[in-house]
Amino acid sequence: MKTKRKHAPFKKWIKTYEGQKFYISVLFLLIPVLLLAVFTFVPAVNMIVYSFQDRDKYGANVSWVGIQNYKTIFTDTSILSTFKNSLYYLCGSFIQQVIALLVASILCSKIRAKGLFKGILFFPYLMNGVAVSIIFKKFFVKGERGIVPEGTLNSVLSVFGIEPIKWISAESPLLANICLVFVSIWRYVGFDIIMYIGAINSISPDLYEAADLDGANPWQRFKYIVFPSIKPIISLQLILAVKGAISVFEIPYIITGGTMNTSTFVIDTINTAFSKNKVGLASAMAVILLVIIIIVTLLQKYFFREDGSKLRQRRKTREGKR
Amino acid sequence: MKERSNVRHSVIRQEKPIYWSRIIVKTFSYLVLAIGCIMVFIPIAAVIFGAFKDSKDVANTGALELPTHWVFDNFKTAFIDGKVLKGLGNTAIIIVVSCVGTIMTGTMTAFVIQRFDGKMTRFIKAAFLLATLLPNISMQVTVFQIMYKLGLYRTFAAPIVLYVGTDIISIYIFMQFLSQIPTSLDESGIIDGASYPRIYFSIILPNLKPAIATVLIIKFVGIYNDFYTPNLYMSEDDPVVSTVLYSFISGKRTQWEIVFAGIILCIIPTLIMFLTLQKYIYNGLVSGAVKE
Repeated sequence: MKTKRKHAPFKKWIKTYEGQKFYISVLFLLIPVLLLAVFTFVPAVNMIVYSFQDRDKYGANVSWVGIQNYKTIFTDTSILSTFKNSLYYLCGSFIQQVIALLVASILCSKIRAKGLFKGILFFPYLMNGVAVSIIFKKFFVKGERGIVPEGTLNSVLSVFGIEPIKWISAESPLLANICLVFVSIWRYVGFDIIMYIGAINSISPDLYEAADLDGANPWQRFKYIVFPSIKPIISLQLILAVKGAISVFEIPYIITGGTMNTSTFVIDTINTAFSKNKVGLASAMAVILLVIIIIVTLLQKYFFREDGSKLRQRRKTREGKR
Repeated sequence: MKERSNVRHSVIRQEKPIYWSRIIVKTFSYLVLAIGCIMVFIPIAAVIFGAFKDSKDVANTGALELPTHWVFDNFKTAFIDGKVLKGLGNTAIIIVVSCVGTIMTGTMTAFVIQRFDGKMTRFIKAAFLLATLLPNISMQVTVFQIMYKLGLYRTFAAPIVLYVGTDIISIYIFMQFLSQIPTSLDESGIIDGASYPRIYFSIILPNLKPAIATVLIIKFVGIYNDFYTPNLYMSEDDPVVSTVLYSFISGKRTQWEIVFAGIILCIIPTLIMFLTLQKYIYNGLVSGAVKE
């Protein structure tokens, strides 16, 4: 009798909106929160714990080693040199931004077959990364008579009478890395073009009209109207470029496998964990990557909040003047 | 009437002054675009030509020379023996299940977090926000241990669980969109006596359609092109598109003509999707990136 009485109000309560809110919240959030915990937060905590341990891929043979793993990272020249490689990609993404801005402003002017050009330049971004990497593996190959046919680039250059060049080789890590950066630009520049087109198109046409009345040339138009309006997006892109440069993985992993001094920090981390089976060391590397990314993200958040508040302030003062 | 047409004529005939600077800018613009398109085409052209060559042709002709005789067997070999067909099938399964999963969990999470304001939901929202900071790719070092312990290693469940469970961008897109759906719509449902589940299914979900389309496009492109996750977690016997292509070149001897045919077969679905959904793809991918 007593239990029944206790149950009745609960049954009623669950039908009220208050009760519904409760059970809907629990039901709807149960799986997402569980997945978030198991596949994001538990591994994140594990990562920090493992970084002080020596352990293998399957979690056997665990021993504590203190900060030894971190010491290894900062003394191992092969790991440190991957940061140098990241600089190539960082320079590459600056060049990529310049190209994207140029093409985007061209595509926003009066041009025929805009959609076609836009589509062609964007399509590499949609292509499968492995396919892109294989295409460029073929592109940069230097042939050997009777064994390996000449690659695409050397074939093209031979038309102009240029001798075949060994593009990706251990002798010239600089050239090899430049080639890989080129692939990265080839693949991703289309996306930036679309981003910038969106930004440029959102500029009010009144401004252009005013500029035309004043007889501005295209460069002046870009300098005084387009550039100031899309500055926030450019700086966002540059910050994302830093994040991108530090976490390059797919293209060098498939084209060179990280050999010939073209490895990146992420390739090294993955190889350390899964080929060399040193999960402790790899976790320490992952922690360092995490710290770098968090610093960059915080900088991004800081600068962008600043920008936003400045804008708002400016708008307020302008309204005040009116 | 006559007079009028005369007037018109004279207006048209009035010569425009030639702006040399404008012509130079135009020429430069088309030149840049043309060079860009050639840069995109040359590497791909070598693959297209190569796919129709036989092994002798590949060795003896230049990369950009047309095949001496056109061969179609490479496609058959890549499709069946090269397991491209199997890869496409497996990828399709993973994409469908992951998309359904993401839409369910994403919209539900966004609904609760956005509509029921409270300490608990704010805390959960902060947790999801914090998770965006963690670099997915290097996290796999420790995620792998968990996958292994849960017995998901070398199953389809591993990539699916990751695509559904660690996709926070989608939740953000849904939340952003939900904040634009007025709460008065929910309230009118409540006045009519609808329960919250009813509100979710018959008011919120239909109104989220554009956001769902965006998420579907981002997911399709992301999963179809992902190499890292399937390479790490799936067995070689059950390849997806990316790992099939990778298996072509990771062996001892690379048969380039088969590889090229495989690449073309794997790019065709992307090309079809791009041509049919072009406009949505531009908007979808850009809106996904801005939220990152």
